Amino acid sequence: MQTFFVILILAFGFLITFQIAKTSEYVAVLRGEEKARKQTNRINAFLLLIFLIAGLIGVYYCNERLKGKILGEAASIQGEKIDTMLYITLAVTGIVFFITQILLFWFAFKYQESDQRKAYYFPHNNKLEIIWTVIPAIALTALVGFGIYYWFKITGDAPQDAMQVEVTGSQFKWEFRYPGKDGIFGKKYYKQIDPEKNNPLGQLWDDPYNRDDIVINEMHIVVNKPVKLIIGSKDVIHDVGLAQFRMKMDAVPGTPTTMWFTPKYTTRQMIEKSGDPDFVYELSCDQLCGKGHYSMRGVVIVETQEEFDRWLISKQPQYMAAHPAQAPQKTQPADTTKRVAANMNK
Amino acid sequence: MSNDSNLHGKPEIVTGHEVHHDEHHVHHHKETFITKYVFSQDHKTIGKQFLITGIAWAIIGGLFSVLFRLQLGFPDQTFPILETFFGRYAKGGQIQPEFYYALITMHGTVLVFFVLTAGLSGTFANLLIPLQCGARDMASPFLNMLSYWFFFMASVVMVSSLFVSTGPASGGWTSYPPLSALGDANQGSKIGTDLWLIAMALFVVSSLLGGLNYISTILNMRTKGMSMTRLPLTIWALFFTAILGVLSFPVLLSGFILLLFDRNLGTSFYLSDIFVSQTGQALPNEGGSAILYQHLFWFLGHPEVYIIILPSMGIVSEVLAVNSRKPIFGYMAMVGSLFAITILAFLVWAHHMFVTGLNPFLGSIFVLLTLLIAVPSAIKVFNWLTTLWRGNIRFTPATLFSIGFVSLFISGGLTGVFLGNSTIDIHLHDTKFIVAHFHIVMGVASFFGMFAGVYHWFPKMFGRYLNSTLGFIHFWVTMAGAYLIFWPMHYEGLAGVPRRYLDLSGWHNFNKFGELNKMITVVSIIVFAVQLMFIFNFFYSIFKGRKVRHQNPWGANTLEWTTPIRPGHGNWTGEIPEVHRWAYDYGKDGREFIPQTEPIGKGEGHH
Ligand code: HEM
Ligand SMILES: [Cu+2]
Ligand SMILES: [Cu+2]
Repeated sequence: MQTFFVILILAFGFLITFQIAKTSEYVAVLRGEEKARKQTNRINAFLLLIFLIAGLIGVYYCNERLKGKILGEAASIQGEKIDTMLYITLAVTGIVFFITQILLFWFAFKYQESDQRKAYYFPHNNKLEIIWTVIPAIALTALVGFGIYYWFKITGDAPQDAMQVEVTGSQFKWEFRYPGKDGIFGKKYYKQIDPEKNNPLGQLWDDPYNRDDIVINEMHIVVNKPVKLIIGSKDVIHDVGLAQFRMKMDAVPGTPTTMWFTPKYTTRQMIEKSGDPDFVYELSCDQLCGKGHYSMRGVVIVETQEEFDRWLISKQPQYMAAHPAQAPQKTQPADTTKRVAANMNK
Repeated sequence: MSNDSNLHGKPEIVTGHEVHHDEHHVHHHKETFITKYVFSQDHKTIGKQFLITGIAWAIIGGLFSVLFRLQLGFPDQTFPILETFFGRYAKGGQIQPEFYYALITMHGTVLVFFVLTAGLSGTFANLLIPLQCGARDMASPFLNMLSYWFFFMASVVMVSSLFVSTGPASGGWTSYPPLSALGDANQGSKIGTDLWLIAMALFVVSSLLGGLNYISTILNMRTKGMSMTRLPLTIWALFFTAILGVLSFPVLLSGFILLLFDRNLGTSFYLSDIFVSQTGQALPNEGGSAILYQHLFWFLGHPEVYIIILPSMGIVSEVLAVNSRKPIFGYMAMVGSLFAITILAFLVWAHHMFVTGLNPFLGSIFVLLTLLIAVPSAIKVFNWLTTLWRGNIRFTPATLFSIGFVSLFISGGLTGVFLGNSTIDIHLHDTKFIVAHFHIVMGVASFFGMFAGVYHWFPKMFGRYLNSTLGFIHFWVTMAGAYLIFWPMHYEGLAGVPRRYLDLSGWHNFNKFGELNKMITVVSIIVFAVQLMFIFNFFYSIFKGRKVRHQNPWGANTLEWTTPIRPGHGNWTGEIPEVHRWAYDYGKDGREFIPQTEPIGKGEGHH
C-alpha cells in the first residue's frame, strides 16, 4: 500500500513537471526564444553558484556529522603509519579539491553569457601548461615517496620474536590455529579435512608437530607483541579485515599469505578509552565469498601476556579431540622431545 | 554499399545511391523497414540502436540498485510487493542474501559493460566518427552491424540468465574464482555463471568488431584536409578508447575461457586445495592459482575504467568548447594526456590487488605507475577550467552536465590518489570508500558525459530537440543526488565498513550508519525517478520534440553540422566537404565561430 502510494506520488509529480516543461517551451516561443534562453541562462549560472556554496557547507556539515563515527585512533603501530599517510594525502588532495571546485563553479558563474563580453581566444599557453604538469608531478612524487616508505615498513618481514597465528577462512567462519608449546605448526593437507572427525583444518596426525597445535574460533593476541598471521582459506577467497588495526590481507585457497602487526591496546583498554562497554575488535571478511559474506565475523581479543598464557593453557590441542582414545598423559612426554627438536630447528 | 567513395582524398566519387537521400527523408526504393531500422548498416542507425539498447539496460541496472538500496536503507522493513514480483528471492518481502548478491552482480556487469561501454562508445563512436571525420560510413558497415548484433545476442543471453531457476551469476561483477567456479559454494555459480560468461564472450566479440572498425575508420577515412591534429577531441578520445578495448578485451576473454574450462572440463587453472563444506568434499584440483584470474581480469579491468571515461572526456571537451564559445585550451596537451592515460592504463592493473599477497616490491612499482596516471588527469582538469575562463558560456543541459562531469571527475580522481597509495589501500581496499570512489569517478561522471552527448547531439540524431526544462531538472536533481549519495559513503569506508555487506546489524563497529543509509536510499529512489523522466523526455522528443530548423543549432565548427538536418545514409548529399582548419576556432578574430570547412583567410592569425 505504502509502495503504491509512493509510486502514485512520483507519477503525479512527474505529470505536473512535464506539463510545466512543455508549457515553458511554448511560452518561450511566444516571448521570443532568445529572451527566454537568456533568462534561463542567468538562472542556471546563479544555481551553479548556489550549488558551490551549498556544496561547501554540505561538505562541512557532513564532516561534522560523521567524523565521530570513523577511524578512531589506530589500534596498532602499523595502523598509525597508515593513518599518518592518510592525513598527509587528505591535506594535499583537500587543497586541490577546494581550489579546483571553487574555480570551476566560479568561472562558470562569472563567465556566463553576456552581451557585453566576447570570449577570449586563448588556445594554449606553454608556460601555464608546464606549471600545472610539474606541480602535480612533484606533489605526487612526494606522496609516492612517503607511501612506499611506509609500505615497505608494513609489509617487510615480521620481527623474529613475533608470535604466530594461523587464520583459516571458510564459508562463513574463521578458525585460528596456535602452534602450541613447540612453536611450530604441524603439516596439513586439504584432503584430510574432515570436520566430522574433528579435523577441520586437515592436520596430518602423523606429523608430531601437530600434537600440541590448538584450533579455536576466537583469536587471542598479546598487547605490544608483534603477531604474524599466516592466512589461508579452505574454499573460496576470503579476506582478513581488521579495521581497528588498519590491516587487511586476502585468504586464498592454495596460496598462503601473511601479514603482521603490533597491537597497541588490550581490549579492556579500548573499552576504557572508547567508553563503550561492549567494544570488541572484530575481524570482517572483506572479499565477497558467497551468501554469508556479510556475516563472516570473527572476534579478536587483545590481552596481556599473562592473560594470554593462562588462556592458552586452558585449551586442549585439536589432536586430543581427534583422538579421544588417547589419554593426555601419553602425549605429554612426546611433546617435550618435540620441543627440543623445535628449538634445534630455529 | 560500396565504400570506395569514402576513401580519403576522393570525396568526388559519389555513387548515385547515396546522393538520393535528401532532407525530406525519401525512402530509397531498395530500403525496407528491416534494412533501414533493424539490420541497418548506416552508422547513425547503429548508433541509435546501441543507445536505445543501452537505455533499456540502464533501466534494468538502475532498478536493481533501487532494490538493493531498499535492503541497505531499511534492513528491518518488509516490502510485500517484492515478494509479489520476485517470489522466493524476496521471501516475506525481504531481499534474501543470494538475491542481493545476484542483484549487485548484475547491476555492476550491466552498467559497466552494457551501458557505459556498449551504450556509450557504441553510440557516440558510431554516430560521431564518420560524421566528424567526414566519411560516408564506417570502414566496414557490415562488421559494424555485426558488432551491434553480437551485443544484442550478449544481451539476450544475459537477460535469459536472470530467469534460470538457480538464479543469475552472483559472484560480483569481477566474478573471482573459486567462488565463481564452484556451483556447490554459490547458487549463482551454477548455470547462471555459464550464461554470464557466454554473454560476456559475445560482448567481447561485439566490442572487438566495433573497436577495429572505429580505429580503421579514423585512420583511413578522414576527408580531405582532415589531418589527425585537426580532429575534434571526441574523435581522439574514441580512438584511444577503441585501442584500449582492442588490446585488453582479448586478455579478459582468455581469462573467461579458462574459467569456463575450470567450471566444466575439470581443469585446474584457478583451483587448488579446495574443500567445499556444503558437500563435505575435497576437490581433486591442485596447483592452480586463483590470483591468476585476477591478473587477467584486471588487465582488462583497469583499462576498462578508462574505456568508460575517455569517451565522456572527449564529449565534455567538445561541449565545453562549443558552449564557452572558446577554443578548448591546450589541444595538444589534451591529446597528449589522452595518449599518456592510454599507455599508463595498461600498466597499473595490479593496484586492484595490493592485498592479495602480491610481492611488496612489485606493489611499490604499481603505486608509482598508478599515481603517475594522476598527472595527465590533472592536466585535463586544468585545461577544462581554463577553457571556461573568460568564455561566454551558454548553459544548455549539455553544458551543465559537462561542468558536472568536471566536478565529479575532480572529486573521484582525488580519492583515487588515496587508493593508489598501497599503504592507505590496505585500510580502504574493499570498503565502501572504493564504492564511493568508482561510482563518482566512473559511474556518475561517465553518465554525465553520456548525458551531455545525448543532449548535444540529439538534434543531429533525430532532427528534434529534447525539452530543455526537463533537461535542467534532470541535471540539477542528478547532480545534487550524486553527491548526496556518494560523498558520505566515503565516511563509511573510512570506518572500515566492507563493501558487499547487505546487513550491518551483526557488527558492533560498523552498525552505526543506519540513518545515513536511509537517507542514501531515499535519494537514490528520487534520482532513479528523475532518470525515468529523462527517458520519457527522450522518447517523447523523438516524435514530438521541437523541430530543428537550423542546420547548425549550436553554432559549432565540426563537420556533422554541415550535413542536412536529417541526413540519410551517406551523410552528405553532395561531395564530402573539405577541411581547412582545426575544430576549435571559436571567438577568433572577433568572429563567434569559424567552421572547419572555411578556408584560412588571408592574414588570419595562426593558432
Ligand atoms: C587519479 C586517477 C585514479 C587513481 C589513482 C585510481 C586508483 C584506484 C585504485 C588504486 C583502485 C583499487 C582500490 C581497491 O580495490 O582497493 C581503484 C578502484 C576503482 N577505480 Fe580508480 N583510480 C583513478 C581513476 C579512476 C577512473 C578515471 C575510473 C573510471 C573511469 C576509476 C574506476 C575505478 C573502479 C571501477 C574501481 C573499482 C573496481 C572494483 O574493485 O570493483 N578510477 N581506483
Ligand atoms: Cu568470507
Ligand atoms: Cu584501476
